[in-house]
Amino acid sequence: MAEIQYQGRLHHLQKELMAEYYAALTASAHGSGVPAAYLLIGGNPVELLRAFDILPVFPEVNALQIAVKKQSLPYIQAAEFMGYSSDNCAYVKADIGLYFAGRKTPFATIPEPSLLLCNYVGCNVYMDWFGHLAEYTGRPTFQLDIPFIRTQAGAPSKGDVEYVMRQLERLVERCEEITGRKLDEDRLRESVRLSSLTGELWSKIKHLTKHAPAPYDAYFDSVTMMAPLYCLRGTAQGLAFFETAYAEMTERVAAGQGPLEAERFRFVIEGPPPWPHLRTFRDMFTRWNAVAVASTYSTVGGLWEFGFTHDPDRPMESIACHLLEWNLTNRNFLQRYQQIERYLSEWQAHALVIHSVKSCRLFSAGQGDMREYFAKLGVPTLLIESDLEDPRYFSEAQMRNRIDAFFESAGHRSIAQGAAL
Amino acid sequence: MQMPVIEEHLEEIVERCVQAIETQGFPDAESWKRAVPGRAIVGCFPVYSPVEVFHAAGMLPVGLCGGGNRMEIAHADSRFQSFVCSIVKSTLEQGMTGVLADFDALVFHSICDPARNLASVYRRNFPGKKIEYIHFPQNFEAPEATVYLVREYARVAESMSELTGRSVRAEDLQASIDTYDAVRRLVRQLYAVRSDTPHLLSTRELYSLVRYGYLVPPEEHLEVLTRALAALSERQGRPRDRVRAILVGSFCEQPPIDLIGAIEDAGCYLVDDDFLIGRRWFVGDVSRRSSDPYLALAQSYMDASVSTPVKHDLRVSKSAALVERARRHSADAVIVLCAKFCEPALFEYPLYRRALQDAGIPHIFLEFEEKMWMFDRTRTEIETFVESLLFA
Repeated sequence: MAEIQYQGRLHHLQKELMAEYYAALTASAHGSGVPAAYLLIGGNPVELLRAFDILPVFPEVNALQIAVKKQSLPYIQAAEFMGYSSDNCAYVKADIGLYFAGRKTPFATIPEPSLLLCNYVGCNVYMDWFGHLAEYTGRPTFQLDIPFIRTQAGAPSKGDVEYVMRQLERLVERCEEITGRKLDEDRLRESVRLSSLTGELWSKIKHLTKHAPAPYDAYFDSVTMMAPLYCLRGTAQGLAFFETAYAEMTERVAAGQGPLEAERFRFVIEGPPPWPHLRTFRDMFTRWNAVAVASTYSTVGGLWEFGFTHDPDRPMESIACHLLEWNLTNRNFLQRYQQIERYLSEWQAHALVIHSVKSCRLFSAGQGDMREYFAKLGVPTLLIESDLEDPRYFSEAQMRNRIDAFFESAGHRSIAQGAAL
Repeated sequence: MQMPVIEEHLEEIVERCVQAIETQGFPDAESWKRAVPGRAIVGCFPVYSPVEVFHAAGMLPVGLCGGGNRMEIAHADSRFQSFVCSIVKSTLEQGMTGVLADFDALVFHSICDPARNLASVYRRNFPGKKIEYIHFPQNFEAPEATVYLVREYARVAESMSELTGRSVRAEDLQASIDTYDAVRRLVRQLYAVRSDTPHLLSTRELYSLVRYGYLVPPEEHLEVLTRALAALSERQGRPRDRVRAILVGSFCEQPPIDLIGAIEDAGCYLVDDDFLIGRRWFVGDVSRRSSDPYLALAQSYMDASVSTPVKHDLRVSKSAALVERARRHSADAVIVLCAKFCEPALFEYPLYRRALQDAGIPHIFLEFEEKMWMFDRTRTEIETFVESLLFA
């Protein structure tokens, strides 16, 4: 099969923007004087950092960039040599390995943090990760504790919101200490306004895959858009990217264009991608003309498509609500089942693919139960295993066999049922 | 299990505890529940659980410790993957095989990602049981965290009261705190005896005495501990040439009792450990913190509880705390014994290793699974380690 070109205009624009973002990180590392804060992707208060001109650094994004470039293994092994277990999250290991290798990657030099902002939104590993960075760097750490969605109501209590708001006020004080200047309320409102507009566009883009054919793959192409969504959210540059993206996607819808020659299977995918083998993994679906119309992974940092928007009139409160309720990682496992059910029904998907990654147990622990649940609903469900960062856990032949068998069987089923898949 | 009131040797008390621990199922709790209508049992997943709140609501808080090495996992491994620790699977297996049929509620806590997802899986698969999940605060530097925790305890108290029809009044909670404080005082006393005179109280014995409290009402546990301390005061013996070690890493899933015995037999006096740490969570009496019992519990959690891998208190370096513990107990060495696939324990190890090396304290890293039943390899590893220390 000739190599398929997945990358279009949007991908090139994303590369340019990310190169600029990483150039700013490198400049900070080389003494530009712009302070950097490390923080995590799952619901975060990046808007607050923007108001102080603090550069956000996302160790998860750095780790996945290294993995995509097939360079993660030496860093992982360096961390294992320090005593990290083969069973620990490989994002953390790659990041720790990178830190002790001088923070130099092929795409940037990562600056030392002026602040380690551990936004604990569901993932317990976040706290270990930043706790270790705190010990290694000796830099100030802020532990932002976000109560998990834990009641049948499926929403935070008023007290939860108050608790997070008080902590955000303390975070403001910490940022004031670091930068030596007071919070500019107008800057904060502006940053939240930009996030609000960005989120609305992203939500519209997510809903476009309800069309058949879907104008883009909601897993493999969503990850392209997720980089600016996280690294540039709250900036005019980030908003401009999403204006371009929305325009391009609506054009594709109007022209009936999809990412594949023909769309045969529409599926929902759960779990993070196998970054070290992303292209190989994508090819496995492409050969079946299968397109992801929705993905849970693309909601780790926010659930805009289900109604959330930042509110510039209530900046702090809307940031708190984003952290508490409107991201996948702080929601419970059964809420994820509901999210997938909505995708299956509203996005008209025929199947569920669960990519279970060893590193991220927040995502993966219990996915056998998820499979059981959807299988009982009559949804063809495939569970496959590898990892998001560690290339050693990807068995290409086995993965291909399972995906082939699944879509072959789904094809037979559709013929038997007379459905037009 | 009712203990007859007679003069006993410590061995007899311990062996009855061991029998209760190794009995499959929870017959003592079930008998307790049937004795009086309206009683309810709550299973508490590790690590720490506010048992006082449940006790005050008229419930028996039973500590869940997984399936041990006598339970075959036949159903739960299709729900949780091979890379998830055993206690998550064995606890689900207990539900799926009816072992927890008499339990009215289960409570899980924000200790790790698999435990959190297990709460959801339980909620879906056992709609007849009340499943609660407690999010413990992790910002130890914010005073608002204590306020939050008070609210969280009140929420759970109200939820559990629905099962027993008994709301938790301040005086009930105070009485329960007093009872559990009394238990914890005796446990601290036993731990002190073992650290001072480890030849008089083995860890296998101490462990069994503490774990018995996971199965029975605290009032009964208090009585057993009181008798054990009395019997212990009669004991005599001479110290042997062994390495004084502290053991860390086994705060959630528990190793088989025979593995603990094998480590001791390999030439160690274990002078401190973090087994069953949830029932030894506080460093002092809870009731002394505040006259408001909810506030006393919450303040104790925030400011007077032990350092463990599932608490992320930035005020305290966990590796520095380990070194301090080793020195306080005059330990020659540290054994890091982690449950296989336990991320919180495994994550702690690199920092422990660095700190122990810097402090010049020898250590050994080992892994276990609750279901293991061959201990020769671990014993050999410990023997080699001990010999390297004794004959260095």
